[in-house]
Amino acid sequence: MSAYVVRRVISMIILLLLLTLVVFILFSLLPTDPARLTCGKGCTPEVLIANRHRLGLDLPVVQQYWEFMKGLFVGRIYAVDSPSPVVCNAPCLGYSFKRGEEVLVLIKDRLPATIWLALGAFILWLAAGISFGIYAALRRGRWQDKTVMGISLAGYSLPSFFLGLMAIFFIIIRLQLLPYPSYVSPFENPIQFFQTMLLPWIVLAILYAAFYMRLTRNQMLEVLGEDYIRTARAKGLPERIVIRKHALRAGLTPIVTAAGLDLAGLLGGAIITESIFSLPGLGSLAVNSVNDADLPVIVGITLVTATFIIVANLIVDLLYAVIDPRVRLV
Amino acid sequence: MTKKLAVTDTPAALADVEFASRSLRQIVWTRLRRDKLAMVCLIILMGLYLTAIFAPVICGLLGVDPYSFDKESISDSGGGPVGTWGGISTEHPLGVEWGTGRDIFAQLLYGLRISLLIATTATILTVFFGTVLGIISGYAGGKTDAVIGRTMDLILAFPFLLIILAMSGVLTQRLTDLGVPDGNPSRILYLIIVLSIFGWPYLARIVRGQVLSVREREFVEASIAMGASRYRILFKEILPNLWAPILVYATLTLPTYVGTEAALSFLGVGVLPPDTSFGGMLGNSVSYFSVVPSYLFIPGTVLVILVVTFNLVGDAVRDALDPRAGRV
Repeated sequence: MSAYVVRRVISMIILLLLLTLVVFILFSLLPTDPARLTCGKGCTPEVLIANRHRLGLDLPVVQQYWEFMKGLFVGRIYAVDSPSPVVCNAPCLGYSFKRGEEVLVLIKDRLPATIWLALGAFILWLAAGISFGIYAALRRGRWQDKTVMGISLAGYSLPSFFLGLMAIFFIIIRLQLLPYPSYVSPFENPIQFFQTMLLPWIVLAILYAAFYMRLTRNQMLEVLGEDYIRTARAKGLPERIVIRKHALRAGLTPIVTAAGLDLAGLLGGAIITESIFSLPGLGSLAVNSVNDADLPVIVGITLVTATFIIVANLIVDLLYAVIDPRVRLV
Repeated sequence: MTKKLAVTDTPAALADVEFASRSLRQIVWTRLRRDKLAMVCLIILMGLYLTAIFAPVICGLLGVDPYSFDKESISDSGGGPVGTWGGISTEHPLGVEWGTGRDIFAQLLYGLRISLLIATTATILTVFFGTVLGIISGYAGGKTDAVIGRTMDLILAFPFLLIILAMSGVLTQRLTDLGVPDGNPSRILYLIIVLSIFGWPYLARIVRGQVLSVREREFVEASIAMGASRYRILFKEILPNLWAPILVYATLTLPTYVGTEAALSFLGVGVLPPDTSFGGMLGNSVSYFSVVPSYLFIPGTVLVILVVTFNLVGDAVRDALDPRAGRV
């Protein structure tokens, strides 16, 4: 087990390094010049070239990559020989000259909204997805099952932005049940926070729960046919215990995989939901940075998101062994 | 079978029975034909594809086109459509666009064209690359498998929506440099390429897993012993055993691509005006839908119908291919 973890962590680090390199090469193809953002209106070509040199943007890609990696561990100072050098402490994910802020600080500022959005939706969709899935499996073939599966089909066929826009139209504009979304921290104004987050949570939860209903139903149907379920029932265990302790636990592994990866993906920012409900999260930061051609921020968000996904992959694999004792990690 | 079999039939009686062997295609088709919902969906889909193909003809018959401005149908102050429901009239069956008076119905048909073109081509490419690379990876094993496997891990770890957004400008430019006509052709090609690049690993994983078990079967061994070429073993011996998962994957990927394309157009990566697609129309509706809700509901509804029918067909194909189906 520990040898497995060590091996997985090493391959995870290699994957992350590779990923950073690929992101660097991809973005070095972009024609936008980050140095351009450092020099204002009265910009002369000489100043531009000097700035580019100071920022290390005239170096080959691989060397820029090296500087970036070094910055991650020991910090980095931009424009050392200029009158106003920019210090970016370790771990330095880069510096946005457009916004005049360290990328890490920008990401940290936007992370809470994204985390709240992801966690709330996650809890909702897991609860709804798993319970409806079990319910459908237990009523398989009957109208309850068909209804749940119909809802699930509708859920995963609805594009997120259409669902979000409809929610805004009906609930906020027509029925005026909720005020226009405007994000505040839950510690500052919990009521406004819930009023803002309720719709995005529900919209995301509907989209994701659809898949989990199906997955749970199929898993339960498969597991309920196993011999040990019959044994458990024959022993006279109450049906609730049979379902919860015997069936659900055995069928849980694919659900955990999907849940871990989906949550990690969402932590990287739900681009569409955030932009529709104007939530100040990573997703909307990403879209704004794309529009501003703010390269360091895009690279930073890409790496943070990819890290979430890769780490989630590892955690999910380790959880397998905890949930299902039949799984042996070698 | 020409005669019904009974348990009591003796081997001699069995010899008289003619067994008609059925190919996978026949089995799937017979099962699909029995599925009424699937047949209705297939007909709707065929209708949508025909509508997309003949969009110019249909628009010509109705006397509308998506490009011409109609200043008569919008108000002089503000540019909102004249009349109720976004300016629905005999001239403009589904209303007109804010500010320009372009016909919504014609835009919808041309949008359908672009959405289906992108999603269908991207699905074909995804299936092609996913299948080929999956088979090679599963059969070759060793270093080849490791290289393809790590590449897949790498691609799957990317936040693909963000990358597609960020790279759209430069890669579209590259395509133009390579000789693809400027503007929408290169933007469409870009979407097709990126959807395929981020899509193939999922299928390749499934195919690889299947190949791992198929390659151990006797008939593969037999053809190796007979000196069959590697190409023959991979694509004539192994591939026919994989059609079921590939077909299911393809039918369920197409609707996802329709949705993703719409999402990307919504975020501004898709085709540029005067052309349009569902996502673009929905994106434009954001500024006006509190006043003219039909801008939101018309393209949204068509998009949902398209995705739902594709998903239903996909589910039906999966049921038809599942050997355990019918037992539940």
